[in-house]
Amino acid sequence: MAERINKQKTTSDRTDETVEEAEPAVSESGEKLKADLDDLLDEIDEVLETNAEDFVKSYVQKGGQ
Amino acid sequence: MSIHKVCGIETEYGIVVRGGDNNPVSASSLLINAYVSATSKKVGWDFEDETPANDARGFNLDAVFAPEIETTLVNAVLPNGARYYVDHAHPEISIPEVTNALEAVTWDRAADEIIRRSMRHADNILDDGAEVIVYKNNSDGKGNSYGCHENYLMAREVPFGRIATQITPHFVTRQVFCGAGKVGCEQPGREPGDVAYQLSQRADFFEEEIGLETTLKRPIVNTRDEPHCDPQQYRRLHVIAGDANMSEVATYLKVGTTAIVLAMIEDDVMGDDLVLGNPVPAVRQVSHDPTLRQTIMLRDGRRATALEIQFGLLERAQKYAQTHGLEPVGADVGHDVLARWETMLTALEADPESVADQVDWVAKRRLVDGFRSRHDLPADSPKLKAIDLQYHDLRTDRGLAYRVGLRTIADPDEIIDAITEPPTTTRAYFRGRCLQKFPDDIVAANWDSMVFDVGRDPLRRVPMMEPLRGTAHHVATLIDESTTAAELLDRLGA
Repeated sequence: MAERINKQKTTSDRTDETVEEAEPAVSESGEKLKADLDDLLDEIDEVLETNAEDFVKSYVQKGGQ
Repeated sequence: MSIHKVCGIETEYGIVVRGGDNNPVSASSLLINAYVSATSKKVGWDFEDETPANDARGFNLDAVFAPEIETTLVNAVLPNGARYYVDHAHPEISIPEVTNALEAVTWDRAADEIIRRSMRHADNILDDGAEVIVYKNNSDGKGNSYGCHENYLMAREVPFGRIATQITPHFVTRQVFCGAGKVGCEQPGREPGDVAYQLSQRADFFEEEIGLETTLKRPIVNTRDEPHCDPQQYRRLHVIAGDANMSEVATYLKVGTTAIVLAMIEDDVMGDDLVLGNPVPAVRQVSHDPTLRQTIMLRDGRRATALEIQFGLLERAQKYAQTHGLEPVGADVGHDVLARWETMLTALEADPESVADQVDWVAKRRLVDGFRSRHDLPADSPKLKAIDLQYHDLRTDRGLAYRVGLRTIADPDEIIDAITEPPTTTRAYFRGRCLQKFPDDIVAANWDSMVFDVGRDPLRRVPMMEPLRGTAHHVATLIDESTTAAELLDRLGA
C-alpha cells in the first residue's frame, strides 16, 4: 500500500512538471469552457431568485437525520 | 464469501412554502398527500417491526431515545416499492431495495421525479400564488442538516468492529467525487466565512467516529441495527455520512464504490493499512480543501491525501475483482464502476475542473466562482449562497444543476418507468406488484412484510424476510395468474 501511495505522489509531481508542454491543448479547451460558462452565467442572471438576500435568509430548515 | 450487496438510498429533502403558511411538517404532509391521493390508493406503513434504537454493538437504547419516527405523520408505500413519508420536518423517500448502483441511480432519479410531480399536485391545492419548493440538499446554511442515507446488506457474521474501522477511510475520502459542494462553513465554533467553499454539504456535522445517533452528535459510522430481514443472517449497514447528489455519476460511484469496499471487508481482504489516525477532524479537513492536496494521518503514522487513499482503495478493488469477481455488487455494473472510479480519480488528480460534468462540488464551484468574478462580488455575498441553494432546486426551470450539463447514466425511459414500477430483482417487486394489483386488500406494508385483509379473519401477514426473494423471477407468474389477493395468498401457502 505504501508503494501505491508513493507512486501517486510521483504522478502528481510529474503532472506539475509537464504543465507547460500541455498548455496549447489546455488553453483551447479552456476557451471553450469559458464560453460555456459565460452562457451558463447569462442563464443564471435570468433565473436566480430575485432578492437573493431575503431568499437565503428565509431558507431555514428544521434539523433532520 | 461476500453476500449480495442489496442496497437503497433514503433522501430527506429541504422544503419551503413561498407565499403561504411555511410550516415544514404540514407542507411535507401536503406534498405527500397530494401525490398519493392523485396517483394511487393510500396504503400506510406498518410499524410493527421497526427497532431504530437497536445498536449493532449489542444493546438497545429504546429507553434513552425518543422514537425516531413520528408514527402519526403521513407515511405511504408506493407502487414502485418505495416508502414516501414525513420524517421530522422533511419529506423523505426511501427507494425500494435494489441490487446494484445503476438500479440505485434509476430509482433515486425516479424519487426526484416523484417529488417534482408532488410539487405540481400540491400547488393545485395551495392558495393562488403559494408554491411548495423542494431542494435535494443537506443543509440550510445555518447549522441545520438533514440526511441522504444509504443502506447495504451485510452478513451478520462479519464483526461490526471490522466493518466500522475499515469502511471509515472510504467515507472520509469519497467526498472527492461525491461531495455536493457548499458555500461557507457550518462547523460549530467557526465563522461561515472561514471556509469559502467546501466539497461536502454534510462534513461539518460529524462529531463521532461510531454511534447510534443520526440527529445529534452524528457519527461517521452509524450503528443502527435494524436489518429489516432475517437478523440471524443479515445486518443492514445504515450510512449517514454522505451528501444527496444531483449528479447521476456521483450517486452511481458513491453507491458502487461503497458496495465494492464493503464486499472486500466482508471477504476480509481489506487489511488495516489504510485505517485513519483521527477520522473526525479528517472528514472536515478533506471537505475544506478543494485543492485536494492536504494530507491526513493514517493510524500507522504515514500521511496521505484523500486521493491517494482513494487510489489505494481502487487498487485493492481491482485486485479483488480479479481474485474474487464482482458478483456481490452485480458483475457488469461492478466492472463499470471500477473503470469509472479509476478514470474519475485520475481526472481529479490532473485537474478537478475536468470533471465539472460529473462531480457536483466541481460543477457548483464553477458557477459560484464564475458568478462572483462576473459581478465582482465579495466572498460572503448572499447571491453566492443563493446559487448554492438553487443548484439543488428540484424545479427544472429553476434548478441550476439541470443547466450545468451533468452527464447522465440511467436510461431516461427506465427512470420514468421506475416512478410507478418496482425493481424486478428484489422483494420490492412483490411489494410493488401487490400494491398495484390488489390495493384494496392490503392493510399495511413495510420492508419485510405485507398485511392483507381478504375478508377472512384474521388479517394475513406475509413475511418477506429474504430481500432476494419475491423477485419477478420468483413471483411474476404467480401474481399475473392470481385474479384475487385471496387466490394469491392461497397459492403462496400464506
